[in-house]
Amino acid sequence: MFWNKPIETMKREELERLQLERLRATVRRVYQNVPLYRMRMQEKGLVPEDIKTLQDVQKLPFTQKTDLRDEYPYGLFAAPREEIVRVHASSGTTGKPVVAGYTQADLQIWAEVVARCLGCADVDYRDTVQVAYGYGLFTGGLGLHDGAQRVGAQVVPISSGNTQRQLMLMEDLGSTVLACTPSYALMIGESLRDSGFDLTRLKLRKGVFGAEPWTEGMRDQIEGLLGIQALDIYGLTETMGPGVAMECLEGRNGLHVWEDHFLIEILDPESGAPLPDGETGELVISTISKEGMPLLRYRTHDLTSILPEPCACGRTHRRIRRLRGRTDDMLIIRGVNVFPSQVEAAIMGIEGIAPRYLLVVDRVNNLDTLEVQVELMPNLPFDEVRQIERLEGQVRRAVEQVLNLSVRLRLVEPGSIERSEGKSRRVLDKRTLFN
Amino acid sequence: MFIQQLSVYIENHQGRLADFCALLGGNDIDLSALSIADTSNFGLIRAIVSDNEKALALLQQNGFAASLTPVLAVSVADAPSGLAAILQILREGGLSIEYLYSFMRRINHEAVILFRFDQPEPAAKLLLSRGVRLLSQEEIAS
Repeated sequence: MFWNKPIETMKREELERLQLERLRATVRRVYQNVPLYRMRMQEKGLVPEDIKTLQDVQKLPFTQKTDLRDEYPYGLFAAPREEIVRVHASSGTTGKPVVAGYTQADLQIWAEVVARCLGCADVDYRDTVQVAYGYGLFTGGLGLHDGAQRVGAQVVPISSGNTQRQLMLMEDLGSTVLACTPSYALMIGESLRDSGFDLTRLKLRKGVFGAEPWTEGMRDQIEGLLGIQALDIYGLTETMGPGVAMECLEGRNGLHVWEDHFLIEILDPESGAPLPDGETGELVISTISKEGMPLLRYRTHDLTSILPEPCACGRTHRRIRRLRGRTDDMLIIRGVNVFPSQVEAAIMGIEGIAPRYLLVVDRVNNLDTLEVQVELMPNLPFDEVRQIERLEGQVRRAVEQVLNLSVRLRLVEPGSIERSEGKSRRVLDKRTLFN
Repeated sequence: MFIQQLSVYIENHQGRLADFCALLGGNDIDLSALSIADTSNFGLIRAIVSDNEKALALLQQNGFAASLTPVLAVSVADAPSGLAAILQILREGGLSIEYLYSFMRRINHEAVILFRFDQPEPAAKLLLSRGVRLLSQEEIAS
């Protein structure tokens, strides 16, 4: 189902013409209003008029997350305080958060792109959307809220947390759509299973999950536990929030990026050189319609590739592959690149094992050690030492095979790995590095 | 013929066994036999309790991985060679034991040993055919 068919199915030449026009306007805007961008462009000897084609985006300076921290809170805003009507902030794990500002027009566009995302999941005014993303400075809650309201759905702004209450309202209000992080969806599903809840009492049919990377295996689990179709939504606070890209029901393979608002590049994360379609690299996003805080070539650190083939749904906006990890989530252990999501893929589906894990990295006698903790299901499948040791071995080999590293594996008791109602913590890095 | 035994996985953390016992005790569940298999990484508790279903639900709701396992409660003469006689029967029958442990108190002046076999059915048949008494869940609970 399309929310905005003329735009979503626009011919590529027209779409690219629109992109160029908007890119040029954005470059003019930041050159005039943001000292950092003006300075960076001047260093490169660039003026806004030098941007004549879409390829010229490659001449523009990058924006890094550190720039947002350095310019905290308002340094990258391109609109006066009077025009900013809302701010959001991403949870900074170290130091100051990243702040994003929105004008009235920005909020309109945000609701528009989230509405398109919901259309991709076949959600419309007949639906009841339970928004179990956190509300507040985090963009998830209000982002989905505004988009769901835009399509005319009945919105249940329950925010995250209190799983029993989520289930009660889901049943009583007849929620048809759940929007939250995939790890919270899994937690709701597990709680539903553990309480012996009868799925037929729910009207739930779709899930819109994002804000952290997840795997196909996790999708199967969530779909099974909740009896729904689960789709992936992508976005980040810096460039707006959720709604930058979304999977469609027809394809369920890759996420359509709303290219009339976001110009994407896939670059080699080391050299910054552009990569051809299909190759995995770092996603770099330029916002081309934002007024409050437009960003040029923002380095997302998210790894993906462009799927150039047309999609069965008829949308002409190109798809990016589901994110496989972040360059900054990547751990280097004994010289090997490790993405936590690889562990999830490896353990998914092994009998008796829950899809919950924690990587504990340490350094002992100058050697990195990796302990992988994996949770057992509450229902112990057997009670003999050698069977449990065999299971331990099976899980360890599955993890070692995908990581290409030897690990120490610990089967831990159900519920002992910290549960999240937002994003899950999957890594505990205890190394103190000496050079 | 078979009785249900509670099997619980515990990590090697100080106080974890105490948690287990306190949880059962606090809910009026009586332990009448207990054994713990320990390895360097984890322990396995096997226990005979007064209310299996209640204990299982409680444990699973409180973060333990647990299940019920069928075992045989074998009546053994409380005299020298009592257990040896039973083991001899099993050896002759070519049956192997996964593990065994003993009941805490005597029942009808006899000792009770709990056996877990890799082939439970043939083991039960063999013992019964040789006149060995197997205790029921009711006798164990009484």
